[in-house]
Amino acid sequence: MREKEHSLKTVKVFNPREIDLTKHVLELIRRTSTDLPADVVSALEQAHKREKPKSAAERTLAFILENIKLAKANSTPICQDTGTVIYHVYMPFGYSMLDITAQIHEATVKATELAYLRPNTVDSITGQNSGNNIGIGSPTIEFHEWEDETVLQSSLLRNSLRIDLMLKGGGCENVGAQYSLPNSELKANRDLEGVKKVVLDAIYQAQGRGCAPGIIGVGIGGDRGTSMLLAKKQLFRKLDDPNPIPELADAEEELLQKANTLKIGPMGFGGMTTVLGIQMGAMHRIPASYFISIAYMCWADRRGSLFYRDGRISFDA
Amino acid sequence: MIRLNIPMTDEQIMNLKVGDVVGLNGVILTARDQAHKYFIETFIDSEKIPESEAELHQTLCEILRGGVIYHCGPIVKTIDDRWEFVAAGPTTSIREEPYQDRVIEYFGLKAVIGKGGMGARTLAACQKHRAVYLHAVGGAASLIAQSVKEVEDVYKLEFGVPEAMWKIRVENFPATVTIDAHGNSLHQKIQEESRKILEAYL
Repeated sequence: MREKEHSLKTVKVFNPREIDLTKHVLELIRRTSTDLPADVVSALEQAHKREKPKSAAERTLAFILENIKLAKANSTPICQDTGTVIYHVYMPFGYSMLDITAQIHEATVKATELAYLRPNTVDSITGQNSGNNIGIGSPTIEFHEWEDETVLQSSLLRNSLRIDLMLKGGGCENVGAQYSLPNSELKANRDLEGVKKVVLDAIYQAQGRGCAPGIIGVGIGGDRGTSMLLAKKQLFRKLDDPNPIPELADAEEELLQKANTLKIGPMGFGGMTTVLGIQMGAMHRIPASYFISIAYMCWADRRGSLFYRDGRISFDA
Repeated sequence: MIRLNIPMTDEQIMNLKVGDVVGLNGVILTARDQAHKYFIETFIDSEKIPESEAELHQTLCEILRGGVIYHCGPIVKTIDDRWEFVAAGPTTSIREEPYQDRVIEYFGLKAVIGKGGMGARTLAACQKHRAVYLHAVGGAASLIAQSVKEVEDVYKLEFGVPEAMWKIRVENFPATVTIDAHGNSLHQKIQEESRKILEAYL
C-alpha cells in the first residue's frame, strides 16, 4: 500500500491546459516564412544544374537560390506574400481547441508585428485590412485528434502534439483549378488517364503565373469542397515521400516527366523545369460526381512542423 | 544588364526587346489592385477630380510621367520613424489587365513591373504608347528588397500595407523585358508553344 502511494506521487498528472505553445508557434512561423524545407531547396538546386547555362531559366533559378540563402541568413520572409496562413493541429484527447486557437492567434499577431507575416487579412465586404492577420476564418486552423504511436510506447503521458503550418501565397492559389469528369474538350474520361489529362491542362493554364516551378497537389474524388481540401493536404507531403498507392505513385512520376516537357519553365520564361513535384491523393466519391481538384503551390513552398513531446519542442520542415 | 534611369525616354524604351535584362534606377511607385481601381474611378473615369484628391493627383502625375509602376504589396518594417522594405517581390499582374492600358496612357508610364505577364490589351498599349512590361522574379522578395534603398513616401495607407502606394527609390532593381514596345510578348510565345506540346498528350 505504501509503495503504491509513493509511485502515484512520482507520476505527474498531465494537464494539457497548462501548456503554452505561443512562443513555439511564433518560432514555427518565423522558420516557415524565412526558410524553405530541405527537400524543396534540393529540388531547386537540381533544377538549376539541369537548365542550360546562362539561359533565362538558369538565371532565374540562381536568383531564387540566392534569395533563399539571403532570407535565411537575415531571417526575413522569402516572399512578401505570406499568403493564407494554414495550420493543422494534431492533438490527443484532452486538449482544448479553444486554448490552442487562442495561442495560435496570439503567435500569429506577434509574427505580423515582427514582419515575419504581412498583414494579409482583408474584410471581403468593406475591404478593410485587419492589420494583424486575424479575421473571420483567418488564420485557417484545422484540428485532428490523434494518438502518436511513438509516444504511447515510450511514455504513460499522452501529451504529444504536432502543428503543421503552410503559408500559401495568393499568386499560386489563384491558378488552382477544379475539373469535373468527363471533360470532352480535354478528351478526359472518368479514369486515371482522364485525371492525368486535366492535371496537365491545369499546369498549362497556370503558365508561370503561380510562380513556377510549382508543386502540384491533386485531389481525386470527394465533393467540390472535400476534393480541394484533399488536394491541399497533399502539399504537406515531402517531395521525396513516396505515394502509398502504387497507381498514384506511377501517375505522379509520369506527370512530373510530362509536365516538364511543356517548356513553360521558371516564371514562365521557358526551360526544362515547370514543376518540382506532383502529389496525388484519392478519396471516395458518389456515382454522379467525379471531381479533380488541383492546388498549385509556388516554388516558395513554405511548410513546417512543430512537435511537442513530453515537454520537449522540436521543428521539422 | 542594361542600366535604365527613371524617368525614361521613348528612345530608351524603343531600344529594349524581349529577353533583355535591365537594372532600374530612380523613383518608382508600387500600385496594385486597389490603386488601379482608384486611378480609374477617381481620375480617369471621373468627370472632375474631387478636391480632396487634387493634391495626390498632382503628386502621382509628377512621379509617373515617364515613370514606372510596380505591382507589389511589400512587407514594411518601421525603424525609428522610418519605413524599410523587408520583402518586396512582384505580385501577379494579370489582375490589372482590365485597367493597365488606360493607366499607361493616362500617366504616360514607360514601364510596368510585375510577374506572370499581361494580356493583349496591355501588349497593344505598350506598342501604342511606347512602354514595356518588366518581369521580376516572383517570390524572390528578400533579394529584391535589397535594391530598394529608400522609402520616400506612402499614399493611401488606409488601403492597408500591401495595397498602399509606396514611393520608393531603387538602385539596380533587376527585371527582364517580357513585353516590349514592338508588339512582342514572351508570354504569348511560351503559351502557344506549350499548347502544342499539351495537345499531343490529350
